Amino acid sequence: MTVGQAGVARVQDVQAAYMEMTRRKRLYGMVMLVVFIALMVSGFRVADGRNAGGFWDGIGNIFQFPKEVLSEAGEKIANLPGLMVKFLPSLLETLNIAGASTLLGAIFAIMISLLATRGLAKWPRLIGVFRRIMDIMRAIPEIVIALVLIFILGGGPVPAMIAIAIHTTGALGKLFSEVNENASLKPVEGLHSVGATWAQRMWLGVIPQVAPNYLSYALMRFEINVRASAILGFVGSGGIGYDLKNAFSWGQGRYDEVAAIFLLLFATIVVFDQISGHYRNKMIGKG
Amino acid sequence: MSATSDTAGTAAAPFDATAFFQRKRLMAIAVPAGILAYFVYIFFAFDIPGLAERARMDNARILVADSFSYKTHVTRDNRMGGITIAVEGENKGTWPEGRSPDWVQVESADRAVVSLKHGQEVLLDGDTMRYDVPGYGMIAAEVSRRGIALDLPAGETPDWISASNARVDITTDAGRVILTKARSEVMRYHFGWELFWFTLDSPFYGKSFGELIGLAVSGDRLVEGKSNLAAMVHDVWNNRMWQHKDVMWAIFETILMAFLGTMGAALMALPLAFAAARNFTPLMVVRAAVRRVFDFLRGVDALIWTIILARAFGPGPLTGALAILITDTGSFGKLFSEALENVDRNQIEGVQSTGAKPLQRYRFGVIPQITPILLSQVLYYLESNTRSATIIGAITGGGIGLLLTQAMITQKDWEEVSYYIILILLMVMLMDTVSGWLRRRLIQSDDSGH
Repeated sequence: MTVGQAGVARVQDVQAAYMEMTRRKRLYGMVMLVVFIALMVSGFRVADGRNAGGFWDGIGNIFQFPKEVLSEAGEKIANLPGLMVKFLPSLLETLNIAGASTLLGAIFAIMISLLATRGLAKWPRLIGVFRRIMDIMRAIPEIVIALVLIFILGGGPVPAMIAIAIHTTGALGKLFSEVNENASLKPVEGLHSVGATWAQRMWLGVIPQVAPNYLSYALMRFEINVRASAILGFVGSGGIGYDLKNAFSWGQGRYDEVAAIFLLLFATIVVFDQISGHYRNKMIGKG
Repeated sequence: MSATSDTAGTAAAPFDATAFFQRKRLMAIAVPAGILAYFVYIFFAFDIPGLAERARMDNARILVADSFSYKTHVTRDNRMGGITIAVEGENKGTWPEGRSPDWVQVESADRAVVSLKHGQEVLLDGDTMRYDVPGYGMIAAEVSRRGIALDLPAGETPDWISASNARVDITTDAGRVILTKARSEVMRYHFGWELFWFTLDSPFYGKSFGELIGLAVSGDRLVEGKSNLAAMVHDVWNNRMWQHKDVMWAIFETILMAFLGTMGAALMALPLAFAAARNFTPLMVVRAAVRRVFDFLRGVDALIWTIILARAFGPGPLTGALAILITDTGSFGKLFSEALENVDRNQIEGVQSTGAKPLQRYRFGVIPQITPILLSQVLYYLESNTRSATIIGAITGGGIGLLLTQAMITQKDWEEVSYYIILILLMVMLMDTVSGWLRRRLIQSDDSGH
């Protein structure tokens, strides 16, 4: 066998192996696609069967409720500005719940994330413990804590604030500790060499490096928390969600209020989305 | 990075160190002061001083105690006569006639001795009740049609006894006695979740784990026509007290909502994202229109979508799934179109040079590039939507969220509430693990070749 023939044989081997691999990959892809489609279809059928109204019956009525609300709001369009002013205090409460819980959550998240980052932790052995604590805080849905706290503390904004703050601590803590891992250790070591305490090293050595990223994540979280606090209000405590629930369960006759609240909520969410998006771009762009 | 880039930026110009540090020092004071001021405002706006009054610490105690203990009621019907023993006083937890726990001696149809904790005993005998409390004395009561005649030891009535003509409530650390004209009730607290596996009507009730395993492998059938193992599974699955069947269905519904909603949203968003990406849709008008649609879907928010959809489809998992689907179509559309705008043109041109048609160009030139980003986003949302589905279920009525709110509203089944909370936590953590594992698997295998 000449060198050239050996080369051709090797190329053919490689080609055959490649074709084999491609075929196998394609087969796996097909199998996964089929499984996925089967899951989606059967899942839809199960969900459809367990729903009070079926999908095909309901799809025709989907615009009925918006139409009722719009037509009633249209008749009483003169009321709308007044109603929107009336609900402004509730909207402010919802925003305050989101603001306070984001701030509280961010403060706790900074502490816990520093304690859970390798190289920065005060007690390196407890890193795993703090990470698990963050995991659990992140896993508990806000509604669970909120409902329990409503039973103990009564209605109002405080249960929602605490519930969202706990979840925020877990969620931001994870993001913050990822940021911390990329921070330069040089300032920390410098501060250590002049005898700074752990708190001083963190405050003066780490925080200035990571503050813009922290802020950007906290803003994104604030956006999410505005939505969460509106939803928690609907389920039972404080803010504009609670007003929405009252107006909504009253039914026809107060749909002008429903429309006013829908509008306020929509405008608020869009405005805060835009503001936070703008500042986040600015901060990340600068960094 | 404001701090570092400030120093770098001013290095070229003459650097005014004093002003720079002054500004920094001001910031170091102004930011914490601002946050503090906000918290002071919140403190009063949320009426936190008044919270101490409104807070019901006794509720907290009930909640904690109830979540890991249960009570058994021994009840004498004062109108019809007769004594019943029931777990949590519920019909479905009633002990069958002729059987009783070992701390209750039923001596006749109308007479029973109930042993409470610390060796204390309550005697129910017809219309009379006698309870000897150590360190206090004998409490005797007689219920008649006119009311309850209570005979207490001399001296002031202690605060753990509340008595009126119509109702007497005695709460000690050993148990609780409530007397009304209708019934005399003695309650004893026990640690644990009673009847969690088998209810009292099951032949397997009260058997130890070892005995159950023995029964499962042995041939002697306790239930006609069924193997012991099948009978056990049937009894646990259909447990009327804890309703494992309904609870598991609820968990499944919640996961189903998250799955259908997330995957459906991804499928809807992908084609729309092409229309919103600058490098695939040169027409400004189309791009802007699609983007406004995304903004609208996200801005209306899951809460409002849920309300609107619940009107059309009624309560259930489908409504929740559609609410998630609509909201997340907006979120995914935005994310996907950003990912599409960052794809590498060279690969598309490479595919095009081999004579690929537009659809093939997308399939082989674009999709492989964005799959890792897409998948990781979708899986991340799947996990986070499991939590959202719990909340949406509470609003629209479906899944574990509904069960949780229902159990909370009754304000007595706290052991069920804690059971649901544990299940929700496990569910979220499971989804977290699964989505993390899938993300690692799929994205890694996708890196190896297209």
